[in-house]
Amino acid sequence: MDLHEFQAKGLLRNYGVPVPDGGVASTASDALRVAKELRGDAWVIKAQVHAGGRGKAGGVKVVNSFSDVYDVASHMLGMKIVTKQTGPEGKIVRRTLIEKATDIKQEIYLSFLVDRDSEQHMIIASAEGGMDIEEVAEKNPNAIVTERINPVTGMGLFLGRKIAKKIGLESSLLNKFADVANKIYNVFADFDGMMLEINPLVVTGDGDIVCLDAKMNVDENALYRHPKIEEMKDYGELEPQEVRASIFDLSYVSMDGNIGCMVNGAGLAMATMDIIKSFGGDPANFLDVGGGADVNKVREAFKIILTDPKVKVIFVNIFGGIVRCDLIAEGVLKGSDEVPSDRSIVVRLDGTNVEEGRRILEEGAAKTGLNIVTADTMADAAQKAVELAAGEDYNPEKKKTAAKAKE
Amino acid sequence: MSILVNNRTKVVVQGLTGSQGKFHAQKMKEYGTNIVAGVVPGRGGTEVDGTPVFDTVEEAIRQAGANASIVYVPPAYAADAVIESVDANLDLCVCITEGIPVKDMIKVKRLMKTSSSKTMLVGPNCPGVITPGECKMGIMPGEIHTAGTVGIISKSGTLTYEAVKQVSAFGYGQSTCIGIGGDPIIGLKYIDLLEMFQFDAQTECVVLIGEIGGQAEVKAGEWIKQNFNKPVVSFIAGQTAPKGKRMGHAGAIISGGDDTAAAKMKALEKCGVHVVQSPADIGKKVAEVLGK
Repeated sequence: MDLHEFQAKGLLRNYGVPVPDGGVASTASDALRVAKELRGDAWVIKAQVHAGGRGKAGGVKVVNSFSDVYDVASHMLGMKIVTKQTGPEGKIVRRTLIEKATDIKQEIYLSFLVDRDSEQHMIIASAEGGMDIEEVAEKNPNAIVTERINPVTGMGLFLGRKIAKKIGLESSLLNKFADVANKIYNVFADFDGMMLEINPLVVTGDGDIVCLDAKMNVDENALYRHPKIEEMKDYGELEPQEVRASIFDLSYVSMDGNIGCMVNGAGLAMATMDIIKSFGGDPANFLDVGGGADVNKVREAFKIILTDPKVKVIFVNIFGGIVRCDLIAEGVLKGSDEVPSDRSIVVRLDGTNVEEGRRILEEGAAKTGLNIVTADTMADAAQKAVELAAGEDYNPEKKKTAAKAKE
Repeated sequence: MSILVNNRTKVVVQGLTGSQGKFHAQKMKEYGTNIVAGVVPGRGGTEVDGTPVFDTVEEAIRQAGANASIVYVPPAYAADAVIESVDANLDLCVCITEGIPVKDMIKVKRLMKTSSSKTMLVGPNCPGVITPGECKMGIMPGEIHTAGTVGIISKSGTLTYEAVKQVSAFGYGQSTCIGIGGDPIIGLKYIDLLEMFQFDAQTECVVLIGEIGGQAEVKAGEWIKQNFNKPVVSFIAGQTAPKGKRMGHAGAIISGGDDTAAAKMKALEKCGVHVVQSPADIGKKVAEVLGK
């Protein structure tokens, strides 16, 4: 789960990590009030959306007067931020963070994440703060320092000093950096962070170390032990279908295509999207109904797909293991009952109770006039779904071109 | 032969009284798995469908002769259950539970690396392990499997069933199928299992199913090139997955540029692995490679 900058900074502040004074505003007059309370003569206005690269997209502005605070905030609120991470549809800014401007002498990059390889937490640091770390990795890989953290001992001040030395900080800053880095790590570790990136961490003109930005992602599986973090979840950042899916504990990711997918198992769900693509079609979503799905969950999953206006054809691909095919069939019929639609449904069922599932679907289709197309294999089903979605435009050549382009 | 589990495996079910534990213990028994005990703290001395329940794994070993455990305990307590199995020095622990926090798994793995216990862990968040006709420790539909010469290692559950079905349709059975789990931090990894398959005379070919996220598949490819002398067929799920979105599995998220499906497929191909572009071609490729 992604946190907003102001939320992550709130956690850091509580742990004694220096962050700039600031406040959140969802209207321009709110922004003005926050700036007036902060006093000073320069402020930074930052769009609060879940996306890196906000600065380049106009989501971070420095202003020097109250009238500019008002004007810039009113322009930024409601605007669409489009970055590499948001995709072309972008993200609407509904909140801004107003902070007192900081006197920057030096910018550092510091992040913590889970290293699958060593099965430990990892620190990444670089003296080249303020830039994308991917860019630094490409242009100047030697500038990047990494260290692993022993889960028994925690980070420790020594590791902070070691990193400070490696990235070339002045000796006078060693202890201060080690202290701040440890506090940041404690936030990361205590709240089950998957990633916490401070870019930049700055040295101010007065020789203080301050977090100017904070990007944090928390392990969804650990939310049960952090109810306060769970409350921070911003449903406004999600597509309407994603919000519905999260209520029913379904894994759903919205995509750009027109073939809606309902699958059991994450791997098979990804493979289903892949095979649609290999036949020249485009999936509208990733949807895993999960291992323990009951009729209600399947019904809700099916409704989520049915209410997506871009979906032309629905592809149900189920390999029953724990999930029984008959139960999937019932859920599909119930969902269609509640959201009537004349879209074709291509169904491929296999595994546990497959005959029963097929019978239920056939009988249901005969009764309700649902347009159900059955298929025996995944490839057969994918081809049928792609053909139906393309309608008269279907061109088998497209598959070949797509395959060629891949090579 | 086979790897990890066989007809001598004696299983204790941790979390036997829960709905999942109870249901799957029954299914495993029907398949022929030797379920010798259950462990449910506080319920020692009772029985579930004729299987004796103990308070601790140690008791299940001492009194029922268990040598492997399967964990169906809820996520908040599952890491503790795994640690109990490691502490009791079982040969194998298969953790089915989905949703264990990564931080807990980091601790489990640290313990396993530093302790003298011989326990091997499969999972968490996995369908389990099956040696067809001998032992099923997991939640997979047993009836799709047939005994044979193809080893299968996969991060996914249902996609593994798909591969099994295809391989079986071409007339090939399986030696052992292992779902290693879709989480970022797991027990046995591709290379650990490939090493075992290397020495398993029954296994003639290995199917390796991966997905986006992490570097495990690429590392496996490099290891295969250097060490493995049996053909490997591979499919990587998630060619169409967008960057930065978690695709169901906690580990399935593209974070850099080199953990995409395309990058992994390319790397594996370079290492001499038979990579298929479509998940529908896994069985066909196995048949091609084994030459029938």
